[in-house]
Parts: sequence; C-alpha cells; structure tokens
Amino acid sequence: MAHAHHADPATPAILQEVKPASLPRAILVANNRSFSWITEKICGIIEGKTPTWWWVCFVLACFVASFTVAGIAYLIATGVGVWGHANPVNWAWDIVNFVFWIGIGHAGTLISAILCLLRQKWRTSINRAAEAMTIFAVVCAAIFPVFHVGRVWYAWYLFPIPNSNAIWQNFRSPLEWDVFAVSTYGTVSVLFWYVGLLPDLAVLRDRFYSSGNKLRSALYGFFALGWRGSNRHWSNYEMAYLILAGISTPLVLSVHTIVSFDFAVSLLPGWHTTIFPPYFVAGAIFSGFGMVLTLMLPLRAVYKLEDLITQYHIDCMCKITLATGTIVGYAYAMEFFIAWYGANPYEGFAFINRAFGHYAWAYWIMISCNVITPQFFWFKAVRENTSFVWILSIFVNVGMWFERFVIIVTSLARDFLPSSWGYYSPSIVEIFTFFGTFGVFSVLFLLFIRFLPIMPMAELKAVTPQADVHGGGAHH
Amino acid sequence: MAAPSYGLIATFDTTPDLYHAAAKVRDAGYRNWDCITPFPVHGLDKAMGLPRSIVPRISLVGGIIGFCTGMSMIWWTGAVDYQLIVGGKPLFSPMFAFPVSYELTILFTAFATIGGMLFLNGLPMHYHPVLKYEHIRRGMDDQFFIVIETRDPRFNLANTKALLEKAGGKNISELEA
Repeated sequence: MAHAHHADPATPAILQEVKPASLPRAILVANNRSFSWITEKICGIIEGKTPTWWWVCFVLACFVASFTVAGIAYLIATGVGVWGHANPVNWAWDIVNFVFWIGIGHAGTLISAILCLLRQKWRTSINRAAEAMTIFAVVCAAIFPVFHVGRVWYAWYLFPIPNSNAIWQNFRSPLEWDVFAVSTYGTVSVLFWYVGLLPDLAVLRDRFYSSGNKLRSALYGFFALGWRGSNRHWSNYEMAYLILAGISTPLVLSVHTIVSFDFAVSLLPGWHTTIFPPYFVAGAIFSGFGMVLTLMLPLRAVYKLEDLITQYHIDCMCKITLATGTIVGYAYAMEFFIAWYGANPYEGFAFINRAFGHYAWAYWIMISCNVITPQFFWFKAVRENTSFVWILSIFVNVGMWFERFVIIVTSLARDFLPSSWGYYSPSIVEIFTFFGTFGVFSVLFLLFIRFLPIMPMAELKAVTPQADVHGGGAHH
Repeated sequence: MAAPSYGLIATFDTTPDLYHAAAKVRDAGYRNWDCITPFPVHGLDKAMGLPRSIVPRISLVGGIIGFCTGMSMIWWTGAVDYQLIVGGKPLFSPMFAFPVSYELTILFTAFATIGGMLFLNGLPMHYHPVLKYEHIRRGMDDQFFIVIETRDPRFNLANTKALLEKAGGKNISELEA
C-alpha cells in the first residue's frame, strides 16, 4: 500500500505519525495448506474405504433408531393413549422433544446464515455439517407432532388442502402458524444446504469420472446439475447464496418465536409471558451450538481435521455457547423477577412451584446444566481441553431438554384449580420413541459424512491466503 | 475432419495470474468468454467487467407473491369460503394472518432465488464443451481457466491465442464443441 506512506501536505504532522493498527487476521486454514490439499482431504473421506468404526456406529445407530420405529408402529396400531399424557398434562414429551430437536437445528442455520451475513469466515469449515445437523434435527422434531395427532393418516389436515368436510384450518391458532414455520424451515434448510453442495458435487463428479467410477460420477453429476465453475455462474450463485442467508436469518428467528407462541399465546401461568420469543431463540442457539460441538469434536479427531477446525473455531463456538447460555440464565432470572413484580398469584405460584415443587429435580438439573456449565468457557484452559469441552457440550444438550420439560410439564401439572392438578410421568413407549430419535439422527448423520463432503471445499479455498487476487494477505 | 471448435482454453496456476489475465481479456473487448474457477474469486466479477447479478429482483418478486398468497389464502378460506367464528374473533385480520404470510414470503423468496439463479445460469445443463476438457478436474480443484468462445465477434485464432499467451496463460488449446 504505497500511497499510505506519502506525506500529504494538507494533513497535520501528527496524523502522519499515526499508523493504522495492523491486526493479524485469524488463520482459518492452518499450516498454509494448498487448494488441492483441501480437495484431497475432504474428498478422501468419501473416496476411501469405509472405516470399521463407521460400520460399528452405523449398526448401533440403526439399532437405536429401531426403537423409534417400534414405538411409532405400536402407537399407530394402538392409539395415542400409549403415551403417558393424561389430564391435565396433555402435552408432554412429544412437544418437549419437538422443541428440543427444532432448537438443535437452529445453530446450523445460525452458522450458515447469520454468521455469513456478519462475515464471520470461521463458519466455513463447520457450516456444511451444521446445516446437515439442522435438516436431520428437523426430521427428528417433525416425528413428534405428526404422530401426536393420533390418527396420523389425517396429518395432511394440517395443511390447507381441500377436503371432504369443506372446512379450512384455523389460522388464528399458533399451532397452525407453527405448521407453516416448521415446514418452511425444513424446506429452506434443505434448499440452502443443496445450493451450498452444488460446486462440491461437481468436484466429486469429476474425481469419480477420472478414477473410473462411472456410476458414482453419474450420480454426483446428476445432482451437480452440470456445474462447471464458471465465474458468470459464481456471480449469480454468490448473490443467491447471500439472499438465502439474508432470508434464513429472519426465518430462524421467526421459527423459534412461533414455537414459543405455542405457549406464550395461551393463558397458562408459566407460559403466558412476553419474554418467551427472545428467550426461546437464545436457548435454541445455545442448545444447537452444544450439539455442533458434540458432533464436530469427534469428527475432527477421527478424520484429523485439526488444520480445518482449528482451536480458533472451537474458541468461537465455546464463546457463543457462553454468551447464549448466559442470556438463557438471565431469562430464567427475569422470569422469576417478573412473576414476583407482576404480583399475579398464579404466576408467582407457577414459578415457586417450578423451583421447589414436585418437579424441582428437573428445574435444578436445568439450572446447573444451562447456567453453570457454560461459565467454564470463560477460561482459555477449558476451551483448549477438547475432551472437557465435549463433556460440557453434552451437559448443554441435557440441560436444554430439561428446560423444555420444566416449562411445559410443570406449568400444566399445576395450573389454576388444585382439583385438576396432576403428575405426569412418561410411558415406556414415549421413552423408547424419544431414545430412538438419537438413532434416527445418527443414521442420517453417518450417511452424510460417508457420502457427502463434510466441509464446503469451495468456501474453504476462498478463505485461504492464496485465494486473494492481490497475492495474499494485503488489503485492497 | 476436426470437430468444430467451441473456443480456446488457457490455464492459470494462481489467483492473481487469473485476475490480471481476466482484466486483459476484458480490456481487449471480448464478450463471449468466461473464467473457470474452483471457488468464487473475490473481485473477479470486476476484472471480467460483469454487471451486478439480477437475482435479487427475482427474489423480490417471489417474496411479494409469497406474502400476497398467505394473506389472500387466509382471507379467502376463513372469511369467504367457509366462515367459522372461533372464540368470538374476527373472520379475518391481517394480525393473525401475519405469521403464516411471513413464512410464505420467505418460502417463496427461497424458491424464486434458487430458481432464478439456476435459470440465469442455464442450469441444469449436463453437457457443456468445457466439461469435456481433459483437465477440467483441475478446474474444480486448484487451477483456473479462461475460455474465449469462437462465436465472439473479436475471436481470431491467432490473435486470441496471442492475447492469452501474453496474459500468462499456459497450455492453450482448442475446445471441441
């Protein structure tokens, strides 16, 4: 930058002495790797022999997933009464699990969309896997409300499709808003993921072609749509990607806002609060980053991806977990404060009951996992200890499940009239069905890491120093 | 007889090489030409003289259609086709119709954006002369190409080849159509 050194006679002498601070750029791909190293590394995972651990995990995941299949088959054959719902708790694990899984998905969209808009380039190495996580989490989430309708063959009544009763959906209901929010979210997440995959599928198409595997080349080639790396295409592609990021950001915020409306729009003490939308969104991102850490840390170790998922990436994820976990902690405190300050005896009772009533055990698990656990991330030594970070991420997942349980079940079990109070426990069918969704999720995720590039190669190449048209490093 | 030629293709090893070469091809006044890169190269649009993408306009149209679809669907189903009073609430209000319309705005914007991007790029197109190039695999991996088509009015085998050579292109060869 030669012009910076020329003394301009119009500027005071002191300003000529002031030099702009030169901040070192974070290294996103460590050890100065070449473009072809990135291609080899990512494609090698797909092209290599299926590792033994993959088969072990896959069989185990299929076994776990069979619990969901069995639980749902039994429910369809028998009726929704096989779940433990009964008055007054007619919404329990199904909606807890639904909100839990949807929330996990949100970190994927946050990473792919919001961090894209904020030009946080460290997202590149984790965004593909995080988006896959979003899609699979939405699949797991959808299982619960769909089967909770009881007669699942009528689930299409959720959508405004003309039917023989000539009646339409009640669009005043937040539950109907939720149908649109979640199905839009699922669709847009899949499309966003697919658009991101296009250039990488083209890479695989050409690699399988030159290694003689015509079948796989044709398969990847079919989905690559004939992508040829044309810069005229990249120009439209980049714009489309930016717009998708731009619309996914309000989408992800609106989805969990609308999920929280399922509760906040009702009149039940403990649900009827205006803090719910931001509090749910923060919780969703918190739980999602917990899940990203849970998934990415083992993947990084197994595939030796330390140069692509660097300590800087882990630091960033830990810090977001810390920030959102602290927001969630603040929301817990604020709920209590407003319950007292609002002077509504029902509201006050609902919160005292959460902390000291029959479900106090769940409340304190929630507080310790969600408020205390992330505070460890203040310390650099903790963030650098990968195994410890992984264990903490599990606590985050557990804590966020309990958050939904506490909100939903404690409020319903103790509402206005003591005569209608109850205590809810899940049935074994419910427990199996939920347990099995971890298998469903793992099966899908294992297939993803085996057959699709787990990191966006094109985007990773674009953040390396040699991608700069001015010869690396220099600003322009 | 040789197959008809689609154009000339030249290889560049580094991003700066490609960038400067693209600027030279642009300044020479070519129109039907392209750069093949394994990733979106920042600043290359300017070096190629490409205008801003019009995808956003298509997205906007999609979004407006989505919002109107949501509002009119809820109004027609609830207030016209089958009127049903629930909880004493109005048959239609833009307030309760908003969340669904909002989601449909986003959904239709996404469809329009992706559909528009594919339409403008002429995809899917599984056959293309560039894809037949023997080293195309490197163009998806770590090399950069410039392709100048024979249909360009300024195309002249000798002159165009000289231009690409002068711009630092290597391995200049003809592409079969």
